[in-house]
Amino acid sequence: MSAGKKLLITEDWCKGCGICVEFCPTNVLEIKNGIVTVVDIDKCIKCGLCELRCPDYAIYLEEIENES
Amino acid sequence: MKVKQIKLMQGNEACVEGALAAGMKFFGGYPITPSTEISEISALKLPRVGGKFIQMEDEIAGIAATIGASLTGLKSMTATSGPGFSLKQENIGYAMLAEIPCVIVDVQRGGPSTGMPTAPSQSDIMQAKWGTHGDHPVIALSPNSVSETFHLTIRAFNLAEKYRTPVFLMLDEVVAHMREKIEIPVASELEIFDRVRPEENDTKYMAYKVPANHLVPPMASFGDGFDFHVTGLMHDEFGFPSNDTDNAEKLMNRIMNKVNDNINDIVDYEESFIKDATTIVLAYGITARSAINAVKTARERGHKVGLFRPTTIWPSPEKQIKKLLKNVKKIIVAELNLGQYVLEIERIVAGQAEVFFLGKANGEIITPTEILTKIEEVI
Amino acid sequence: MPSQLVRDNLRTNKLPHIWCAGCSNGIAMRAISQAIENLGFDKKKVCIVSGIGCSSRTSGYMNYNTLHTTHGRAIAFATGVKLANPNLKVMVVTGDGDCSAIGGNHLIHAARRNIDITTIVFNNNIYGMTGGQFSPTTPMENYGTTAPYGNMEKPFDICNLAAAAGATYVARGTTYHVNPLVKLLEKAMIKKGFALVDVMSTCPTYYGRKNKKGTPAKMLKYFKDNTIDTKRVEKLSKEQLENKIIIGEFKNTDELEFTDKYLELIKGWEG
Repeated sequence: MSAGKKLLITEDWCKGCGICVEFCPTNVLEIKNGIVTVVDIDKCIKCGLCELRCPDYAIYLEEIENES
Repeated sequence: MKVKQIKLMQGNEACVEGALAAGMKFFGGYPITPSTEISEISALKLPRVGGKFIQMEDEIAGIAATIGASLTGLKSMTATSGPGFSLKQENIGYAMLAEIPCVIVDVQRGGPSTGMPTAPSQSDIMQAKWGTHGDHPVIALSPNSVSETFHLTIRAFNLAEKYRTPVFLMLDEVVAHMREKIEIPVASELEIFDRVRPEENDTKYMAYKVPANHLVPPMASFGDGFDFHVTGLMHDEFGFPSNDTDNAEKLMNRIMNKVNDNINDIVDYEESFIKDATTIVLAYGITARSAINAVKTARERGHKVGLFRPTTIWPSPEKQIKKLLKNVKKIIVAELNLGQYVLEIERIVAGQAEVFFLGKANGEIITPTEILTKIEEVI
Repeated sequence: MPSQLVRDNLRTNKLPHIWCAGCSNGIAMRAISQAIENLGFDKKKVCIVSGIGCSSRTSGYMNYNTLHTTHGRAIAFATGVKLANPNLKVMVVTGDGDCSAIGGNHLIHAARRNIDITTIVFNNNIYGMTGGQFSPTTPMENYGTTAPYGNMEKPFDICNLAAAAGATYVARGTTYHVNPLVKLLEKAMIKKGFALVDVMSTCPTYYGRKNKKGTPAKMLKYFKDNTIDTKRVEKLSKEQLENKIIIGEFKNTDELEFTDKYLELIKGWEG
């Protein structure tokens, strides 16, 4: 399920275009100092719309390895 | 061929026979007089030896497909004439910078523009040297007979493969269309050079790095399992675009010097009656046929005249011409244009001998009589 | 570290790419990777050929056999690659100017020949690399640096052009509709024949600024609000279709493919 995913950001690749912020349905993201920043991770529903439309591959969801 | 064959054929046909003997497996072209037989015979013969022929939508596409095919590992050729040669120039420069071996045949006809499509000329000699933009290495060969067309086509492929660069075969309409006896040697007697490829297990392959004891970077083929990038931008040793000025200088020097440092291997020529000659006629291609006739007559009349015939036009036989200047005081350059290769000869001679020019651009060849008259005029 | 998809398909040491902030070429390149991943192609046999322009920098970033050629000529180079080695999965990434202006002749003839090449057009309605000149797909009245009074020329519809010329699969997607775009790309890639996907991309830096199209996100949302699927087109009036972008499949047929035919010829001479 979606609980097994983690939102990750590669800051060096972010050009601050704001596309992810605009398409995030739950307002998790903001552009701060020209770079995407997570402002409220609790609201993240792991929908992946940010990753789908990030032109710079700077934000994405990664599966978390099951520790058991 | 498994046995030696004696045949009667025209230059364009001998060109295809030479290409097939050299291992040509791809031809991409566009119809243009007077080179069309090269396309036609390639279309007929290539599929019979597992090769591919494609008639592209234009001259530019013809050279583009030829380069693309070479990148998959096939020996590739295209053929054209002056107007098409002009159209191909951008991609020729691409092949020079990206170091893609291929052979480009230019059957020269009267120009500029559409000019005289069915008449001979030698007026693309400077286009071969300077046609594409930027500094670039040039190898251009020019045969004067059907038989030599066969052998120089093989040589063009060998040089292309050896130096990873496009090579021009500069024919003229007469050599291309005249029919002569030709002896096609047994395949095993021919020296064929294939490009150096990277070792199969080379995990550190760098597409544009010259390993020790190599002339050029080993060339992988698309689909071989090496992931590599090819671009017409200045590139680093991995093949990726780079704007680094030191890198650009190094790359430019390398592609120029692979030809410049191997002139002895690349340059070829023929000398006749040179030993005691104080005057020489310098001619190539069809003009050299008239020239040898004129020189023989001049000898009969007691003139100390010789013939110097470069078969490698570019790079020019600079060293050999300079050597001749010990005895030679007069050089007549005869060519089917209004003064092209003569400029190179003047540069080489640099005032150490008198240089005379005999040219023509009306669609006719230069006759032996015209050359003889010139000889007697300057002596 | 980037995502698995990016790690497995792109040359991460060449990233970030040179495209401007908000340029959606990156979205299109990711969609190509996703389609190749979904189809499970042998990546050693994938060959990406590109021409010149913003779109054409794609080849340098994708971790397959890649060939960055001259302006307009990608399809011609790709034709040589494909005929010489039909085992390769050859794709062309090109732009609206690269493929429909300077390379228009190669486009229509590759389509006519029905050679197995998947052509993916990053169509942003402008020449971006050279600074915002109008292209053959710039809508009429729109501005470009060489159309200071508005574009006076009627644009090409690249899909209709390719379909009319003989392509066997033709579709249009957008960089807003990413998942449907991936599906269209997959179908184009598995088509044995000449396939073309016109990918509507955005150029906020030049086209967007010149034509007051707003932020990169707003430009993508324009696609959301102004596209109509080919399946619905017949039901709508001319007025309802005005200024709309038609997306979806334009053509999907099966015809004998050129390299297959050539291989048959060669086979006939083997013995």
